[in-house]
Amino acid sequence: MTTAIMTGTWTAICAFDRLQPERGVAALVDGVQIAVFRTFDGELFAIGNRDPIAGAQVMSRGIVGTRGDTPTVASPLHKQVYDLRTGECLDVAGVAVPTYPVRRNGDLVEVGVDTP
Amino acid sequence: MTKRLVVAGYGMVAQRFLEAFAERAVPGWSVTVLAEEDRPAYDRVRLSAWFDDYDASALHLGGAPDGVAVRLNECVTGIDRERKVVRSASGETPYDALVLATGSRAFVPPIAGADLPGVFVYRTLDDLAALRDWAAADGKRVGAVLGGGLLGLEAANALKMLGITTHVVEFAPRLMPLQVDEGGGAVLRRHIEALGVTVHTGRGCAGLEGGDDGVTRMLFNDGGTLDVDVVVVAAGIRPRDELAEPAGLARGPRGGFAVDASCATADPAVWAIGECAALAVDSGDGVCYGLVAPGYAMAEVVADRLTGGDAAMTRPDTSTKLKLLGVDVASFGTPFAEGLDVVVTDQVTGVYAKLLLTDDAQTLLGGILVGDAAAYPTLRASLGGPLPAPPLALLAPAGEGGVKTELPGSAQVCSCHAVTKDHITDAIAGGCTDVPGLKACTKAGTGCGSCVPLLKQLLAAGGVAQSKALCEHFTYSRQELFDIIRVRGIRSFSELVREHGTGRGCDICKPAIASILAGLNNGYILDGEEAALQDTNDHFLANIQRDGTYSVVPRIPGGEITPDKLIVIGEVARDFGLYTKITGGQRIDLFGARVEQLPEIWHRLVDAGFESGHAYGKALRTVKSCVGSTWCRYGVQDSVGMAIELELRYRGLRAPHKLKSAVSGCARECAEARSKDFGIIATEKGWNLYVAGNGGFRPRHADLFLTDATTEELIRTIDRFLMYYIRTADRLQRTSTWLEAMDGGLDHLREVIVDDALGLCEELDAQMARHVGSYADEWRATLQDPQRLARFVSFVNAPGTPDPDITFEVERGQKIPAKGPVPVTLGGAS
Ligand SMILES: Cc1cc2nc3c(=O)[nH]c(=O)nc-3n(C[C@H](O)[C@H](O)[C@H](O)COP(=O)(O)OP(=O)(O)OC[C@H]3O[C@@H](n4cnc5c(N)ncnc54)[C@H](O)[C@@H]3O)c2cc1C
Ligand code: SF4
Repeated sequence: MTTAIMTGTWTAICAFDRLQPERGVAALVDGVQIAVFRTFDGELFAIGNRDPIAGAQVMSRGIVGTRGDTPTVASPLHKQVYDLRTGECLDVAGVAVPTYPVRRNGDLVEVGVDTP
Repeated sequence: MTKRLVVAGYGMVAQRFLEAFAERAVPGWSVTVLAEEDRPAYDRVRLSAWFDDYDASALHLGGAPDGVAVRLNECVTGIDRERKVVRSASGETPYDALVLATGSRAFVPPIAGADLPGVFVYRTLDDLAALRDWAAADGKRVGAVLGGGLLGLEAANALKMLGITTHVVEFAPRLMPLQVDEGGGAVLRRHIEALGVTVHTGRGCAGLEGGDDGVTRMLFNDGGTLDVDVVVVAAGIRPRDELAEPAGLARGPRGGFAVDASCATADPAVWAIGECAALAVDSGDGVCYGLVAPGYAMAEVVADRLTGGDAAMTRPDTSTKLKLLGVDVASFGTPFAEGLDVVVTDQVTGVYAKLLLTDDAQTLLGGILVGDAAAYPTLRASLGGPLPAPPLALLAPAGEGGVKTELPGSAQVCSCHAVTKDHITDAIAGGCTDVPGLKACTKAGTGCGSCVPLLKQLLAAGGVAQSKALCEHFTYSRQELFDIIRVRGIRSFSELVREHGTGRGCDICKPAIASILAGLNNGYILDGEEAALQDTNDHFLANIQRDGTYSVVPRIPGGEITPDKLIVIGEVARDFGLYTKITGGQRIDLFGARVEQLPEIWHRLVDAGFESGHAYGKALRTVKSCVGSTWCRYGVQDSVGMAIELELRYRGLRAPHKLKSAVSGCARECAEARSKDFGIIATEKGWNLYVAGNGGFRPRHADLFLTDATTEELIRTIDRFLMYYIRTADRLQRTSTWLEAMDGGLDHLREVIVDDALGLCEELDAQMARHVGSYADEWRATLQDPQRLARFVSFVNAPGTPDPDITFEVERGQKIPAKGPVPVTLGGAS
């Protein structure tokens, strides 16, 4: 499991209410495309928007759900399912998307992109 | 560096090989197929079915997997093994591995007159077309088939269907000498003669006479003669190994490329599979097998070897089951060996059965069945082991409940694909719930199909009822969930999953339940919680493409469109830079729209009077039509008017899968209605309705359901057909597989929706009335609602910025996704 460690700055991307439960949005932060999801219980997750298998920036448009206790999103192109917490693909070994720190700050949703 | 795999020959076994190779998804290979015939592989085993409707597409085997380069009409003429290239008309093609799958040719014995016009062989679709053209001409009345084996009897059937008085000439003392014994041959002969075919056994053909106008007479080797107008030679096959000698490759004792148990020739870069391979196993001589199952096994072996495996052939099972002129014939194991036999002959019903057991009567060695082959799957699976029941009980006509079988786990259930009972029970335990599911995950039943009854028994024995589960979140089937939602009046996914499921759903159950909710509540699909259930296509009311852009398809009911509207589509495409393509459903698909462009595009389209075409939904797609009586000199009804009426009636109807329809204005069927979920063909007196057809991956001709119906009767029946389908089908089950899986099939469907045997019709009618009454265009509704529009942005924090990763290039004057680095494709997830 990869834990995202914040070394950069937080960037606000939208109001918390803009996020629909169990759907995602795409955000562009320092040129990086990030998919941000809100699950049914209000928890936030951020992963890379690029589907590593198809190569297109579409992860934010996948269906959010669960597999066992794991919160998941399915690629809208070929339906591989990813763990929202770790970015790992649960259907194809060795495939993963990056994860990013994300938090709710008052009414705002903020993500952090590592600046090297 | 990429390695080059070249396949010579594109028949059934090559097809199997390409699929098996693609499934293993090993990177680093480029695959090229050189095919002598002018079409991709087709089902030669079912070749004779072409005479049913002359529809070659029904025999198509699914085509080559993605990425395979197929060169049709290009015969391999030589192999240079030193330089590792094959030669063909267009030059040389280099290989790192070469797979020969050239099959067999029909053997024509050296008799005088064999080259006369009117003398045919029976091997390819072209052979059959030539035979039909000749035999259908005026004045062709009598035909002879040389050879009374499997091929000969199929050819005899073809001649009969062409209206020819048919004779079969067989040198051996009985029909099908290779498969059946004397007793079986005698019963078979009586069946064939009862069909009006004259059988000559123990007689040979000594020559054919005739001239430029064709064959006229056949001479028998006993001095007799027969006047004939057409002759089919079905005297056996010979492997196509003409490439062997010039390339210095060894041949088997009776021809064929000599290969070992790994299917490799003496040259480790050259392999041979299928009928052209002379396979030596267990230090025996090389033998060519004229059946498809051993060929499929060889295809798997070579696919495995090329991808690092070490699979090997064992001696192939040559069991066969055939239906010849309507008569079941099966032979399995070694029916001619020494042992104890059990023989049943019933002259009254024309049934013959023989089982051969070891001397201690413990082990089944083989057998022959003629007239009734119901016991074949069970018997074949029991070969080499004890019988699952006393012999006579097994051979008795299939009684109530079928035979109580307890096959050992290692028994082969599907011999075409070497699938054992253990494989099947594992697949059932792993969640396979029906025959199509088993076919998909084990391949069992996808060859000759004779094991399908056994699959059904194993499913029943596996207690499949409990594994109807839609996914891990619901233990119910789609049909059960439909009933729960309807009866309990459930209105949201949260409510359903809380009370009847676990977790928070997934990409399988969410869209399925969204579709049920949409069907029952008939609401706008992007409202409230339902919005989160839709997959991306339904969420953005457009079809996602490989690069993350969408395509837009406005509805063009019946394919009828005014010039003004055509111009609007053209202008929109030009202004937004969209790639345009005419679809098979008689409308226009506009590709390459970014998500943030969709509302503007639709604004223009809706203003011009267009509405959503639902190309993105599991819903009615189109009702195609021909021009019908309005313009066509043959048309007997207004097919366009009917198509428009139906398309407007059922537009937006959410279903377990997409729905397609078509209306033809007369029996010439230019709209291809019989390949649709519901197809209508005009008659002099009204309309014929066909249901549950399919094109696509597994084509199926629709079944005739109503004849000469009035418009009112027609629409009422389609209403009920669709609503019954929506209510009872599984997730992603097309009408064709739904009907095939239905207990009682077409008759049951008729009882429910015509005779109202379940008392359901009133409710089905009311549901359809509600759908028709509450239909509203989703795109118009979306454009009117700022909240709904809010989701159509590229980035929440930069709504106007296009996705910088989407780039295009130009091909044939239109833009297409930039090819860029080729994405990795992986198997695994569905
Ligand atoms: C009427 C009929 C009924 C049958 N019924 C049954 C049955 O019930 N059960 C059963 O198991 N089997 C049956 N068979 C046999 C079965 O069809 C074959 O076993 C099977 O098709 C063999 O597959 P293959 O790929 O080896 O050869 P084929 O399907 O013959 O394919 C070989 C292909 O290679 C092409 N080719 C040849 N040489 C070259 C070259 N040099 N370069 C490029 N291409 C080349 C040929 O044109 C052909 O298209 C039947 C066959 C026929 C004709
Ligand atoms: S189906 Fe009949 S009416 Fe329609 S175009 Fe063809 S020939 Fe004409």
